[in-house]
Amino acid sequence: MILESPDVPLDVLEGETGWVIRTEGACRGGVCVPLGVSPSSVTLDVLAERLGMGLVHDEKHQVWAVGPSSVSGRALESVEAPDFMLPDADGRPFRFASLRGRKVVLVAWASW
Amino acid sequence: MWQELRRELHGDGLEIVTVALDSAGAEAARPWIEAARPEHPALVDERHLLDELFGIVNVPTGVWIDETGTIVRPPEPAFSARPDWGEGLGEDPTEYQRRTVALEEQLLVEDAKYVAAVRDWVQHGPASRYALSPDEVLARSRPRGRQESQAAAHFELGAHLQRLGHGGDAVAHFKAAHRLQPDNWTYKCQAWSFVSPHLGPSDEYDSDWATEVERVGVERYYPPLDM
Repeated sequence: MILESPDVPLDVLEGETGWVIRTEGACRGGVCVPLGVSPSSVTLDVLAERLGMGLVHDEKHQVWAVGPSSVSGRALESVEAPDFMLPDADGRPFRFASLRGRKVVLVAWASW
Repeated sequence: MWQELRRELHGDGLEIVTVALDSAGAEAARPWIEAARPEHPALVDERHLLDELFGIVNVPTGVWIDETGTIVRPPEPAFSARPDWGEGLGEDPTEYQRRTVALEEQLLVEDAKYVAAVRDWVQHGPASRYALSPDEVLARSRPRGRQESQAAAHFELGAHLQRLGHGGDAVAHFKAAHRLQPDNWTYKCQAWSFVSPHLGPSDEYDSDWATEVERVGVERYYPPLDM
């Protein structure tokens, strides 16, 4: 996740990462991680620390990048396939979850 | 290559989705997609979203998802046919290109095994011995701690700067990603692709594809399928 400011609004965070900030902590998919602070005083630093997210700041360009959470120690935290929306080569968006009801082999490749 | 398998098994309930992990976007991927003439969704992932979502570290990589949206095989090398590595060499290949193709021909490619497993899964569903239990799927997915997440953040920042035309400033972030997660080939190849054709030697990076593959060993570039 790329940010132009370290003061990320919580609704933006939720939309980008799926982590919802509640009184009991940061929650996603039935897992809640205590944050040790009230929801109103949650900062990016606290979140990154508690959720095991990498956090990088580029001083020259004043851009921040936040890595994926790593609370389970594995890239897959759940066997529920994450939904995503990506375009085809002509820019037409495709929603992965639209394939429910079929078996899918998802194949990542690259031109490089 | 996937088109053929898709045509064979689509009537039995299988869909193939190919995703190009290409920071250079649709223009980079288009020639391949047009040549393959896919009837299945062929998508372009400029931001390497799938790297993070599934823990993909090399290509080609396949993930199986069943009818309920449950992952039944986590990322692993996925070939539907043996590639013709020398296909794009042209009339007068460089020494580096020849070296690359010689290495590629030694890589572990288990296309027949993979395709047979896909067929078995399509036929037998959850009863297929290739459909893994949830615990097995999670345990076989890539380890990810803070260090791997930090690598992902550096890679994303590098790709972001590259997109904005600050390729020079992207290099330090790409290098950090390479250092923090050395076995992520996607991070390496994508970064090298910006500065050198055929992922060859460059002024920006200390290594290149052929040198790294020789260092790691051709047999370890694609780990053996555990199936």
